[in-house]
Amino acid sequence: MARIVYKEIGGGVGFFGLFALLALFILTGLASAWYMEHHGHIVTGMTNQIVWGTPHVFAVFLIVTASGVLNIASVGSVFGRTPYKPMARLSGLLAIAFLIGGLAVLVLDLGRPERLIVAMTTYNFKSIFAWNIILYTGFIVVVAAYLFVQMERTMNGYIGALGWFAFIWRLVLTTGTGSIFGWLVARQAYDAAVMAPLFIAMSLSFGLSAFLLVILTAYGFSGRPLGDQILNRLGRLLGIFVAVVLYFTALQHLTNLYASEHAGVERFFLLEGGVYTQLFWIVQVFLGGLVPLALLYAPQIGATRKRITLASALVIIGGLAQIYVIIIGGQAYPLILFPGMEVQSSFFDGVVGVYSPSLPEIGLGGGGVALALAIGVLGMKVLRILPESLDDALIDPHHAPVQAAKT
Amino acid sequence: MTMARASANQKPDKAYPDRRDMLRGLAAGIGLTIAPGVTLYALGGAAEAKAPGDRVTSKVRWGMLIDVNECADGCTECVTACSKENGWADTGNPRTDAQWIRKVTVSDPKTGATQSLPMMCQHCAEPPCVDVCPTGASFKRADGIVLVDKHICIGCRYCMLACPYGARSFIHEPLEDQKPHAPRGKGTVESCTLCVHRVDEDRAPACVEACPAEDGGAMLFGDLNDPASEISKRIAKYATRQIRDDLGTDPGVRYQNL
Repeated sequence: MARIVYKEIGGGVGFFGLFALLALFILTGLASAWYMEHHGHIVTGMTNQIVWGTPHVFAVFLIVTASGVLNIASVGSVFGRTPYKPMARLSGLLAIAFLIGGLAVLVLDLGRPERLIVAMTTYNFKSIFAWNIILYTGFIVVVAAYLFVQMERTMNGYIGALGWFAFIWRLVLTTGTGSIFGWLVARQAYDAAVMAPLFIAMSLSFGLSAFLLVILTAYGFSGRPLGDQILNRLGRLLGIFVAVVLYFTALQHLTNLYASEHAGVERFFLLEGGVYTQLFWIVQVFLGGLVPLALLYAPQIGATRKRITLASALVIIGGLAQIYVIIIGGQAYPLILFPGMEVQSSFFDGVVGVYSPSLPEIGLGGGGVALALAIGVLGMKVLRILPESLDDALIDPHHAPVQAAKT
Repeated sequence: MTMARASANQKPDKAYPDRRDMLRGLAAGIGLTIAPGVTLYALGGAAEAKAPGDRVTSKVRWGMLIDVNECADGCTECVTACSKENGWADTGNPRTDAQWIRKVTVSDPKTGATQSLPMMCQHCAEPPCVDVCPTGASFKRADGIVLVDKHICIGCRYCMLACPYGARSFIHEPLEDQKPHAPRGKGTVESCTLCVHRVDEDRAPACVEACPAEDGGAMLFGDLNDPASEISKRIAKYATRQIRDDLGTDPGVRYQNL
């Protein structure tokens, strides 16, 4: 493989324009958080029945994506796929960026965000949430070290070992994120071991989609070469991940359908849940699953870049819908206080929870996404992250130019 | 006489005669003069009530027995008493207002049989809220009362997701005029404290005291660990149920005739 040259991205009008736009979203996010904290969560759509709202959807999406976006680096260092290695730095940078974006949203949605220091110093080790605090902060440290040994030539010898460590760490981390829901015994929609592998599959799918959109945008804006073959390679990998998410989703619902105990919650999600049912079938399964599969595996549909861009964007939209259905739909389905009985009370027992996202919640969530992207853009600006070229001939040792094959 | 034997059937005034208060005052006085804490323990035989500064002990497990047959449909005296005692109230925002205790109507869709019962924190022996709390703000006292430490609750609300009973509320708005014995704060989670401030003074919870049902009320409070307590005798004699007992949380609140 030819020597890869990494170079900072430029500081033109487009760059500063993008940065200003992201800064605007970040400021909106901060203003939203301040508004929510000042007035209390009464100004959000959250209630005593739907206690986690849109900020959690964004936060979990960003955290899951963060662990998945690192997969590009893992494929290079852990599984030894040479074409992925030039993209490892960007993969590491984006992993840290997305995680910080997600954590910022999570923390700013707390009832008492100023007590973050309490969360960082007082641990209940029986809580998966407490473990996640350690896993998240540890992830940033581990990936930063991984990034450092990649960028510091004299430390390159440690890439393999740290790559493995980061890979295992991210698997544990996503297991932890899935288990936030998987280990909730009280809720019909959760309490399932499949949540952990489902979240790992989601992370691979959302992370790769986010990575693809970032490189397509970055290389498009900077005018650097980006080969079609490497894009196709990533596209085919994304197809596998999308299929695996569909597989675990099917497994999750089929397992529940088999037990009559869970018939109610499945009827809610699959048939009668209104917005949650629509989001599940139309956005998550069809637009976020089946359409991307078709786009990724049917080259006759259109040009590579358009197909992959659209597929990646749809996977992300479907992913947000999936997390919305899991988090908010899962809470909207009422607690079962007395199995087989009907209940009612002043606390909305037995009634499907009502929730609609409020502007501050969307502002905060969007601010987190902007923060993640801003860290990514800034990192690419000040560090040698982005290869000058991701041309197929340069990065793929097995690359056979189409022209050469014809002759 | 211990708190264990002071059931809800006995009104507090009758259960704790003036003589005890006098003894406790005397003990406290001596304790302060000689050796705080030590002397209070020494006089425990005369007045077994927990004095200020005494450690909460796991020798007792506070619990409640609710006779659903005695609980009248439409009666919300326990709810009103709790609200008054602990300072939470209806502010016209039913979806975000705190409710430490609520009346739940349970009906069998197959037969139409309907019952009404009070639902609050069940003070589980294995509380999921305590398991999931990242900071340990949700905790169970040695005597079985499940509480929230308002100083370290970060308002993550994970306990609300974990509670099988929907017993917890998040404070969505700024608060004023809180009761000194029931501190509350915007951005933290709260739930029934089993009137811990009263229990520590050897009084029954406000809901128990307020229950107007005949024959001493539908709610019985006492020590589940004391075989001689009224509540222990009742649950030994009659079949009772713990809600969602399938989850293994072992609630301290039991229901009879459900």
